Amino acid sequence: MHKFFIRSFVSSLVLLFTFTVAAIAKDVKAAFVYIGPTGDHGWTYQHDVGRKAVEAAGFKTTYVEGVPESADAERVLRQLANSGHDVIFTTSFGYMNPTNKVAKEFPNVKFEHATGYKREHPNVSTYAARFYEGRTILGTIAGTMTKSNVIGYVASFPIPEVIRGINSFTLAAQKVNPNIKTKIVWAFTWYDPGKEAEAAKALIDQGADVIAQHTDSTAIVQIAEKAGVYAFGQASDMDKFAPKAVLTSVENNWGPYYVDRVKAVANGTWSQKDTWHGIGDGMVVISDLDSQMPADLRSKVKKLQADLASGKVHSFTGPIYDQKGNLMVAEGKTADDGMLAGMMTYVKGVEGDIPK
Amino acid sequence: MIKIVKRDQPSRAIFFLTPILAIFLTLVAGGLIFYILGFKPFEALKFFFIVPIADKYGFSELLLKATPLCLIAIGLSFCFKSNNWNIGAEGQLTFGAIVSGGVALLFYEQEGFYILPIVILAGAIGGMLYASIPAILKTYFNTNEILVSLMLVYVSKLILDYLVVGPWSNPEGFNFPETRQFSDSARLPLLFEGLRIHAGIFLALAAVVISWFVFYKTYLGFQMKVSGFSLKTAKYAGYKGKKMIILVFLISGACAGLAGVGEITGPIGQLHREVSPDYGFTAIIVAFLGRLHPVGIIFASLVVAITYLGAETAQIFMQIPKYTGQVFQGMILFFLLASDYLLFFKFKFISSKK
Repeated sequence: MHKFFIRSFVSSLVLLFTFTVAAIAKDVKAAFVYIGPTGDHGWTYQHDVGRKAVEAAGFKTTYVEGVPESADAERVLRQLANSGHDVIFTTSFGYMNPTNKVAKEFPNVKFEHATGYKREHPNVSTYAARFYEGRTILGTIAGTMTKSNVIGYVASFPIPEVIRGINSFTLAAQKVNPNIKTKIVWAFTWYDPGKEAEAAKALIDQGADVIAQHTDSTAIVQIAEKAGVYAFGQASDMDKFAPKAVLTSVENNWGPYYVDRVKAVANGTWSQKDTWHGIGDGMVVISDLDSQMPADLRSKVKKLQADLASGKVHSFTGPIYDQKGNLMVAEGKTADDGMLAGMMTYVKGVEGDIPK
Repeated sequence: MIKIVKRDQPSRAIFFLTPILAIFLTLVAGGLIFYILGFKPFEALKFFFIVPIADKYGFSELLLKATPLCLIAIGLSFCFKSNNWNIGAEGQLTFGAIVSGGVALLFYEQEGFYILPIVILAGAIGGMLYASIPAILKTYFNTNEILVSLMLVYVSKLILDYLVVGPWSNPEGFNFPETRQFSDSARLPLLFEGLRIHAGIFLALAAVVISWFVFYKTYLGFQMKVSGFSLKTAKYAGYKGKKMIILVFLISGACAGLAGVGEITGPIGQLHREVSPDYGFTAIIVAFLGRLHPVGIIFASLVVAITYLGAETAQIFMQIPKYTGQVFQGMILFFLLASDYLLFFKFKFISSKK
């Protein structure tokens, strides 16, 4: 019995293999695995915008939304790899281990994992965006627009990605306004409108008149709109949800990267990569600047945006001190990618401790 | 003319037929929804219920999915049969996973045949401990077990969050909310190479057999049944109510805890924030769809498991939103509760000739 199972399993694998090879020769099919619903107007929504760009470029695409990071992720991945998809984009950190596991079983299928760090097999690439560059812009705006000098920040999880964003934001705000304080509330979620709204309310009660967020729902900008304070859109342009509150948004623009990678698969030039693109490569996009911002601030932001894109300005340029006053980056130096990738300390001016 | 008449006695045949009727009505209503959404109903139903299990791999995934549902539902049937409304199996699962995961992490990078039994036992004990809270509060302080067990679900998830974000997070994992991966000795063995179905299925089958024996062959089972019909009668007969409440909660908690062990030491292999996609809640549907009968629960867990798999297949091949899977689960429960009306009432055809 056991032998029979193995034998038929192997033969079906061989059959699939020939099937997949035949499929590559014809046309390339890309699949996307999403953590949330495509209508979240945040993280998943923007990945789906990227998927549509791949469709527009003439490739077939498939997606599965709302895939939990539980044991289910592996099944969805295997099913996609099994059903003639040539490249699979897994768009949440929690898919890291299942992605690498399934990649091992399907050496002819390419896997692209967003925000992770494991590339255990030659057919796994990782990609992420330098969102901290966008947060340098937001910090500059927040530092200029605040009157109470208290800026609220709704954070998700104490991982380097989020700490880096808080630091980049605070450093930029301090540059234009040395008196500001950044207050953090940890929501411990990426997407939970209820929790995010509570966090925003708590920050407004503590005197924050500008709210930044590193969570994905539109709840925070809507609370800010009601309370009459400023906010920034996350992942997508959230202006239409809170036209008065939203000064600008940092948009995740995955389309160009996705089209690029799917084309590489089609041309046979795909190879393992670790991509980390910012404003310069167009992966991070700043939405239209609100007219409530003074004209000189708007032109300053435009210039900063161009300088970040060209590399003339770096978000982490010394001198940078941590909360205790220890030097993190010396004057005239910039933080390297290794330091950014493992950043787990707050800079001076951020209130509170990183949850442990 | 049709008249609705109350039955003298709930019909036994209807009792076992209504789940099938509920599934049939769900299929009809589901087909209708697909049609309204602009999909071919029969093709959609095919991708939902046949394609996902058409090959060996798909069938093994069905069993993998049904295992925790069956295990938890069996445990819940002990509670529900005896009028104890344990709604918090999800919390007991989570806490079982926490305890067994903690033990598995203690044995990090160690190998040995003794590790897995300890890890499994730890999960059962964790689930029992967590289930004992609503049980003790109910027996000694007269609290409502529905509220207490439900609220404890959220507490357990917060504890898990705290542990995987903080003290138990992988030191090499850049502070991402997950633990290290368990050593092979702490993992449930796979039954077939290349398939994910693991030895946890034997735990579920053992639970089925044991529960059948307890329900129908022991004095305890009889006591549970009497308490289920009437608590007053049970009291009058001199049954020790408190002891039984605690016992059924412990059994239920152990089953849920074991389901948690199955997930983390089976397919997942580590602790992270999403150990279960709400198996503990879905198992409530399974328990009732299976009429709290061990064999019924086996079939019910397979039916409900397929709604998970089918939703994925339908989205991959037909672009049907994946959340229709949850719609199907809701419809099954809805139609089951609605058709329970037939248990107590019947339609009588009366000729209107004078």
